[in-house]
Amino acid sequence: MEHLSLDIAQLLAGALVLVSFMLLYQDRLQGLINIFALHAFVLTLSVAWQAYIQHAPHLYVTAGIALIFKALVIPISLRTIIKRLRIHRTVEMIGGVGVTMLIGIFLTALSLVVMLPATASADPLAREDIAFALAIVLLGLLMMVTRRNAVSQIIGFMSLENGLILAAAGANGMPLVVEISVAFSVLIAFIIIGVFLFRIRERFDTVDLYHLDRVRGERN
Amino acid sequence: MPLYLALVCVGGLIGVSSLPIYKRETAGVAELIYRLCLGISALLFVAAIIPRGANALDLTLPLGLPWIGMRLHLDALTAFFLAVVNLGGATASVYAIGYGAHVSNPVRVAAFYAAFLAGMNLVVLAADAYTFLVAWEFMSLASWALVLTHHHDAENRRASYIYLLMASFGALALLMAFGVLGGVSGAYDFASIREAPRDSWQTGLVLALVLLGAGSKAGLAPLHVWLPLAHPAAPSHVSALMSGVMTKVAIYGFIRIVFDLLGPPAFWWSIEPMTFGAISAVIAILFATLQSDLKKLLAYSTIENIGVIFIGLGLSLAFKANGMLVPAAVAFSAALFHIFNHSLFKSLLFFGAGAVLTATGERNIERLGGLIHSMPKTAFLFLGGCFAIAALPPLNGFVSEWLMFQAILLSPTMPQWILKLLVPAVGVALALSAALGASCYVRAYGVAFLGRPRSDEAREAKEVDQWSLGAMSFLLGLSLTAGLLPGFFIDTISPVAKAFIGGRMPAQNEVGWLSIAPVAESRSSYNGMLVFVLIVASAWAARWLIYKYWSGATRRAPAWDCGYIEPSTATQYTGSSFAQPIRRTLGVIAFSARERLDMPLPGETRAARFSVQIQDRIFNFLYLPITSAVARISNWLNALNFLSIQEYLGLVFAALVLLLVGVAR
Repeated sequence: MEHLSLDIAQLLAGALVLVSFMLLYQDRLQGLINIFALHAFVLTLSVAWQAYIQHAPHLYVTAGIALIFKALVIPISLRTIIKRLRIHRTVEMIGGVGVTMLIGIFLTALSLVVMLPATASADPLAREDIAFALAIVLLGLLMMVTRRNAVSQIIGFMSLENGLILAAAGANGMPLVVEISVAFSVLIAFIIIGVFLFRIRERFDTVDLYHLDRVRGERN
Repeated sequence: MPLYLALVCVGGLIGVSSLPIYKRETAGVAELIYRLCLGISALLFVAAIIPRGANALDLTLPLGLPWIGMRLHLDALTAFFLAVVNLGGATASVYAIGYGAHVSNPVRVAAFYAAFLAGMNLVVLAADAYTFLVAWEFMSLASWALVLTHHHDAENRRASYIYLLMASFGALALLMAFGVLGGVSGAYDFASIREAPRDSWQTGLVLALVLLGAGSKAGLAPLHVWLPLAHPAAPSHVSALMSGVMTKVAIYGFIRIVFDLLGPPAFWWSIEPMTFGAISAVIAILFATLQSDLKKLLAYSTIENIGVIFIGLGLSLAFKANGMLVPAAVAFSAALFHIFNHSLFKSLLFFGAGAVLTATGERNIERLGGLIHSMPKTAFLFLGGCFAIAALPPLNGFVSEWLMFQAILLSPTMPQWILKLLVPAVGVALALSAALGASCYVRAYGVAFLGRPRSDEAREAKEVDQWSLGAMSFLLGLSLTAGLLPGFFIDTISPVAKAFIGGRMPAQNEVGWLSIAPVAESRSSYNGMLVFVLIVASAWAARWLIYKYWSGATRRAPAWDCGYIEPSTATQYTGSSFAQPIRRTLGVIAFSARERLDMPLPGETRAARFSVQIQDRIFNFLYLPITSAVARISNWLNALNFLSIQEYLGLVFAALVLLLVGVAR
């Protein structure tokens, strides 16, 4: 039983990393939002499983928050936003998918190499989870670096935040208050960015950051 | 009790500096501030000298760093420096009551002046690193604001900018020194720093950093560049304070850290202060000899005196490390006595320069001359200051330099070969700088005050007000007293030497006939009073002889000008003429001096031109490369201001990944 619970936890965390990789190469906005919903859903499952094996009822609340806000509210509202902005059929240009994936693999390996020795004395359950969580954070950052569209940047940021929650859930000790505040801060950031998106769009007719740079007057 | 009084006084000074906020419109505020500063400083001076080295006092206030608090401490060294600071402050305030009216925007100067005094007092009182550094920076910033008084002049803005840079650099060096001293545990109060064990590389690092930090504030070469720029820029009473007192507060920082906090010295500690002291003394006095700006000349001479003081401190470290406590006490007392003396006569000379500036509007001695006729009192007092700083007996400058040489003469008994080589060389440098110093002041006084006026301004000069004259007379009187009764002053200093060296000079009040004997009477002794009596007697005899054979008529002949009779006073012997031998012999090496003569061809009607170019080699070879490197790097980093969001994120990302790779290895 002990082995099984560990295996399932690792399976879910590994699945989360895999979904992060899917986020990396998805270039359609609509598909991206769908995958993000999947990301949040896998996170919910992972956190719920942690709650079950750690007998920590407050983690169920975290899982609930993740399910309601991240897997449902945010994807649905993002979808309405891009529909209203009429960019839901946009195909984003991503330079060098192969290279990006290679970098992603390198980052995952790096986080395993960093985390496994650093947490040698910790609970094996937490160890692997934290390594995976770091990988997810790094992949989220990588996505933010490689994408130009504001919507995909938001999604990159929120996938990064999912990694943080995974780490918190696995670490077996983060108080609920912190989790709730993190969740809400993300929500607020989402709202603000959403509002900004409309403002930017109103003014410049695009949400492509490339054009924003042109407006700043630094690109040709 | 004196510690509480000192605190109240510091608080009072800060309160005084905020006076203009409430009484903005009235014109008399500046004078009121100076009067209050005078009162407070005089009170604190008296409170500092009365105990004559009584027991140390401590006080902790619940301010500053939470786990340390604001620690204050009063011991013999603090009392000595409190006396120096407040004596300088009091006389400068007296002078400022008269002089301050001539400064543009007097209220602003007065407000920062009071804050500056408060800052200097607080530095001396501080007993933890945090309070010390905060007070140090407060002092620097207040004086910076004072340097910026005449900010309409671009040159003054540049001066204050360089001053601010050097001050920040010095504070940074001190901050790091205290960081090493405090160690990883962060014990930043002086008591625990004193206890902490230290490796020798840490000690060496602290020593170098303190020399940088305190040296840049005191004006030790090659960190002296700000003094000749900042002193002329500030109003004269402020330059007197900065030069006479603030540089001493910086030396206080050096003494406190090296003699007190670092523990028992090793002999190699003495090498850096002595070497840089000797370099400062010689280079600065050479520059002073060539200067024609009176205040710049005084500023360079300050650097020379700081060098002399550092030589004394270095010698004292060397003696102390070898267990020779009495010579160590001689060198230490000589340094402290010179600190006191220099604060007296340098303030006096700056006041004199300020008086000349008020009367004529000129700082350039080549446009002065003949002031002894129009400003006889100032001329007399300035002459006294020149005597004192040129180390002529019976004035006080001689006593401290004589003590310094006595200490140097005791050095051959030290066992280390490097000191055997270094100390005589330092002694030669000291002697050279003393001689050059005398010639420098002969030139300054002779060209500015003697001869005939070289400009209309100098011709129409008027004697200055009573307050200024009073301050100068008081300082000259003190200089003379310290020269005639040096034993009394040495006895006052000896508790400090006792506390910081472990030994002391023999009690001078037991030596008969007001003589002083640094080690033993059989070895060497000096009697200022005897010299004074001799000088006065021979002067009276000479006067009597002259008046006996004098015809009674005053004649005025044309100035001697190589046989040509030329009515213009510009043909008199000038400051540049006086400095020419030194410029020709040493100038090419020391300042890459270049003379250019532009002769008209036969038949041409234009005038011939002769120009001299003097450059500061240290500035060219040390500072300019640094500034150009900083400019290049910042130009290159400027591109970072214009990246896109992804590129910024990419930078953060790359930094994170790099750190992780570092952890993984």
